[in-house]
Amino acid sequence: MKRRAMNGYLLAGLVLSGFMAALILLGLVWTPYDPDALMTGAKLEGPTLAHLLGTDSFGRDIFSRVLRGAGTTFLIALSTVAVGAVCGTAAGAVTGYFGGVLDEALMRLCDALTAFPSILLALVLISILGPGNKYNVVIALGMVFIPSFARVTRTAFAALRDVNYVKSARLMGASSGRILVRQILPNTMQVLLPAMTIGFNNAVLAEASMSYLGIGVTPPDASLGYMLSEAQGMLASAPWYALGTGGAIVLLIFGVGLIGEGLQRRGGEVA
Amino acid sequence: MKYAARRIVMLLVTMVIVSLLAFAAFDLISGSPAEIMLGTQATPERVAELEAQLGLDRPFPVRYAAWLAGFFTGDLGTSYSYSQPVWELVAPKVGVTLCLSLLSFALIAVVSIPLGLWASRRSGGPLDAAGTVIDQFLMAVPPFFTGILLSWVFSITLHWFVHGQFPDLAAEPAGALQYLFFAAVAIAIPRIAMTVRMLRSTIQGEMRKDYVRTAISRGNDRAGVLRHHVLRNALVPVVTFLAQTMAEIVAAGVVVEQVFAIPGLGRLLVASISNRDYPVVQAIVVILAFWVVLAGAAADIANQRIDPRLRLGGAS
Repeated sequence: MKRRAMNGYLLAGLVLSGFMAALILLGLVWTPYDPDALMTGAKLEGPTLAHLLGTDSFGRDIFSRVLRGAGTTFLIALSTVAVGAVCGTAAGAVTGYFGGVLDEALMRLCDALTAFPSILLALVLISILGPGNKYNVVIALGMVFIPSFARVTRTAFAALRDVNYVKSARLMGASSGRILVRQILPNTMQVLLPAMTIGFNNAVLAEASMSYLGIGVTPPDASLGYMLSEAQGMLASAPWYALGTGGAIVLLIFGVGLIGEGLQRRGGEVA
Repeated sequence: MKYAARRIVMLLVTMVIVSLLAFAAFDLISGSPAEIMLGTQATPERVAELEAQLGLDRPFPVRYAAWLAGFFTGDLGTSYSYSQPVWELVAPKVGVTLCLSLLSFALIAVVSIPLGLWASRRSGGPLDAAGTVIDQFLMAVPPFFTGILLSWVFSITLHWFVHGQFPDLAAEPAGALQYLFFAAVAIAIPRIAMTVRMLRSTIQGEMRKDYVRTAISRGNDRAGVLRHHVLRNALVPVVTFLAQTMAEIVAAGVVVEQVFAIPGLGRLLVASISNRDYPVVQAIVVILAFWVVLAGAAADIANQRIDPRLRLGGAS
């Protein structure tokens, strides 16, 4: 199959994610109403032009709240992936490139950890770190995602350890650090990028779940998960609250999922 | 049989490691339970007295062994927030959570295997692309959001079940299973999408292999080859995948139990984390982890029955 830079999935995913990212960026600087202001309109009003997603039982504008909440969720997911990818790649690079006993031990540990449901592990970590704090959410989720990144990159680094361009760099006297970062790392992007999209989606899902359960992000910070738990209480009177909030989560994950699909297909590997 | 025995030994070792990690982690952070239980009335003398009473002054290995034995004798310590034996809190909820995860698992297997077979018939073309997009979309819907939508439609609008009134599992099994069914659907939908996707790519990969071409060139029809040859070969990765799904089911179950107000382990776990009730958290984490590890071992043993080549390969 010929490799192309772009395909339908990638394009659709980039457009959808770009749209979501633009909305979120807008939400960081401007929202139609103050997300916490009470009585911006009638209580429990359905979607109208003035209130795109209606209002809740306190008369707060749901669209503004979704924008603000999506921002928190988005930032937490990004930081989580950053923590997981950087630490995981570092661990995977070193163990994959050098091999040995450390490699064996770390990989067995990763095997054991990835066998666990990530949300369960994150819950254990959050109960140790202390629930209800957004920084603890990032730390807990970031740590949970390290093993999966380590595994993916370890395989890639181990496979590229002895290819010719690495050998020639070694013969030219390049240091191990330089080989790892300059020679091998760019060539692992093909597996690292799809792994990052999957990690991002898992992070969104995990953060939303934990905040829904009341042990992730808690007020005054806005979060889509916490808002869904609020929305559940108003389900009979204001179903649009749950639909708007849940819909935002779905679109966020769907867009990045399509990017991941597109990246995998571009790599010629249909998983 | 020898393989099964070895796999069970491996399983036991894994369980010991898991429980040791859980015990050590919480032992390290929870501080002195005696101090927490006494609260503001904690004086050094009273703390020491209660610690001796609870056996907390013993060395770590002794305490770990005693705690592990508790899973068999039913003595897992005392809950901080309910002042009740952990076992009494946890035991009645195990059945509910097991039912929910088994129901979700059955749903995933029953729906996704035929669907995956059907989807694997088409490779390429607009239908294939549409299938991929639908898969991606369904994977994007979080189980707790599906759960909220289901309870909106079936409880609030159609009154098929009463949200928040979970019938007792022993007294009213049919009603309880009906209630659990909605939760199981919420858990199953994204996993079905993943399994179909996985099955489709496995079968399509298998269909491109030489033995399939040989079988077809010798006059077998495609459906027959699929049934007699391909399916058996594709089954091993699928069984492994389904076992991994058990981990996802358990995780999703924790959240979905909250959505449907199902009195299972997940709900107790979340409440205990909020209350920092470590003995309860510890016990539930280990029980859920055991369940997941057990599913993995069962899958390995099943695979070794399906594919005799794995019997020679050994432990992996």
